[in-house]
Amino acid sequence: MRPGGTSVQPLIEPIDNASEIVKVLTLHGGFNTNAVILGTTLLGIAAGVIGAFALLRKRSLTADALSHATLPGIAGAFLIATALGYSGRSMPVLMLGAAITGVIGVACIHLILQHTRLKEDAAIGIVLSVFFGIGIVLLSVVQTSKTGSAAGINHYIYGQTAAMTRSDAYLMGTIGVIASLIALVMLKEFMVVCFNEGFARSTGMPVWLIDSILLGLVVLITVSGLQAVGLILIVAMLIIPPAAARFWTDRLWRLVLISAFIGGLSGYGGAAISAIFPRKPAGSVIVLVAGSLFLVSMLLAPTRGVLADTARRIRLRLLIARDHVLESLYEIELGIANSMHPHASWWLIRLMSLRGWIKQDPHGLVLSESGREQGKRIHRNHRLWEQYLVSYADIAPTHVDWSVDQVEHVLSDELIADLEAALLERGISIPASNGGRA
Amino acid sequence: MTQTVLTESESPRSILDARPEHSADSPISVHAMTVAYSRKPVLWDVDYDAPSNALVAIVGPNGAGKSTLIKACLGLIPRAAGTVEFWGQSYKQARSKIGYVPQRESVDWDFPVSALDVVCMGRYRKIGWCRPVTKHHKLAAMDALERVGMADFAKRQISQLSGGQQQRVFLARALTQEAELYFMDEPFAGVDAATERAIIEVLRELRANGKTVIVVHHDLQTVPEYFDYALLLNMRVVAAGPVSEVFTNKNLHKTYGGRLTLLAEASEAVARAAGGN
Repeated sequence: MRPGGTSVQPLIEPIDNASEIVKVLTLHGGFNTNAVILGTTLLGIAAGVIGAFALLRKRSLTADALSHATLPGIAGAFLIATALGYSGRSMPVLMLGAAITGVIGVACIHLILQHTRLKEDAAIGIVLSVFFGIGIVLLSVVQTSKTGSAAGINHYIYGQTAAMTRSDAYLMGTIGVIASLIALVMLKEFMVVCFNEGFARSTGMPVWLIDSILLGLVVLITVSGLQAVGLILIVAMLIIPPAAARFWTDRLWRLVLISAFIGGLSGYGGAAISAIFPRKPAGSVIVLVAGSLFLVSMLLAPTRGVLADTARRIRLRLLIARDHVLESLYEIELGIANSMHPHASWWLIRLMSLRGWIKQDPHGLVLSESGREQGKRIHRNHRLWEQYLVSYADIAPTHVDWSVDQVEHVLSDELIADLEAALLERGISIPASNGGRA
Repeated sequence: MTQTVLTESESPRSILDARPEHSADSPISVHAMTVAYSRKPVLWDVDYDAPSNALVAIVGPNGAGKSTLIKACLGLIPRAAGTVEFWGQSYKQARSKIGYVPQRESVDWDFPVSALDVVCMGRYRKIGWCRPVTKHHKLAAMDALERVGMADFAKRQISQLSGGQQQRVFLARALTQEAELYFMDEPFAGVDAATERAIIEVLRELRANGKTVIVVHHDLQTVPEYFDYALLLNMRVVAAGPVSEVFTNKNLHKTYGGRLTLLAEASEAVARAAGGN
């Protein structure tokens, strides 16, 4: 807690040469700078952990309304404290005010949902904007008042690490650690409530209490991040790290850890960068770091990432094109088809002969031994599925070709066995597995 | 407001017939229960005593209030009127003896947990607050997965399971609750043949061990084969008792009768009067 002093010296001085940058990043940039970077990192970790549960409980936008609803509390707490003769800039006082109106804002959302037919998005939008509006009005009162220390209050909107004291940073870090520990201890309870609320309640879990604890943790993160990140962007620290982490894993505890890591890295990177360039507001730098990590995760993550997904789709399309070429070559050999499948582009043919499926022959393309096996299999799958559709699904024989072309490549061995059984059961002759038609 | 309307509609009937009190040996005894969803009554004045050690099917058309009946019994949605007792006790007292399989569609299956994680949720109450899931409980969960034929899928993320496999995971979770009375909300909806066999096998096993299972069921054809008792429901109890007695054409016609019943119309009227649609 800071003594009643009113003027604040920026504790982080501008730095402009490269070795200084390295010093800041490696935590050699001075005691105060380190305190702020450490505090912001811990806050980022906590926001990542708690944000993961808020995201899974689909409460991220409620957190946004909550953070906007803190502004009237901040301005109000400042006015009241100053009127009573205390320092209006005491961090704990402002945080208390912020928490009070933030929670009132969330309560208003619940009241609107309970007593009207409005949906959640409308309720959140109304509460967010009205509370923020009240806050701006109160802020204008603060700024026209004669108290000289008023200037710093609007830092809470966009965040300004440069204006933080060491004790502010310690407070922020401590709250971050405590909030993370509470969330980790309650992982199991949060998990069941997020996944299946009805079941949790049927076993006698007090869902309202667990939700209230989660809300309390979100409030803690929001109010302790006001100074460093600012109330407009703090919600990003709750949403972006878990959303990015989701690309990397499908286990909850890993999601929480990765989210904490991304949150911590964003907090660290953002605070360090804004320590190097003090005119850059820390909040937006933190969010930009988090946003970059999100982008990387979205694009590059294995299996769930966009690139991996695209690669999978291209692979499947290639596989289907290859199968079509093999099938039509096989059917040409059998004499039941006489033209090549339109998928047979020159580079596909090239690729397939490199892999040894087909060979170039004086008379044109012919199948290799392995290619013939493959073509036979596809041809048979095609027939099986076609007969199944015609006999079971009552689809006209002239209409089955498209759906067969899609399905024949993805049939698993089990599914083929089931198909054979189903057809035999109806006494329908199935193509022999040694090729040709039965 | 809705409550007053409904309570008033109660009073003349309770004079007309003296209905049985809760029976203490029935696993679940519902008395004069009325339930409304956002001002619209969906269940009127339900009286029901379930037999013990039996498989009971709740059947009725869409919107008949089948799921609502289960949820109201479990206290998941508020009752406008009426009482529910389990072996003569309140739900709170009897909770540890009750298992629940919610509708499969009621959850987001892209949730980042494995099949085993989901099944372990059935043990959370036994484990207690803020304590980790110990090996003992994981073994119990594995055992339940084994019973529904899903042991090989324990480590799979739940979105990678087919609909029928997901349903079996839910069933396994209820099994780990080690209850005496189970409520299952449409466990057979949209499942494959293997899952249907697995579920019915588990149901019979439960009955053989003296449990009672109350199942919301859609497929009328299989009711006589799978169940001993039936509760025919369409906003009210149309008939309840042994399948051989109550599963008659006349009762089914009354339950599924094409036209809007007066009850449904009255519900709409209540909703409108309360400032509804």
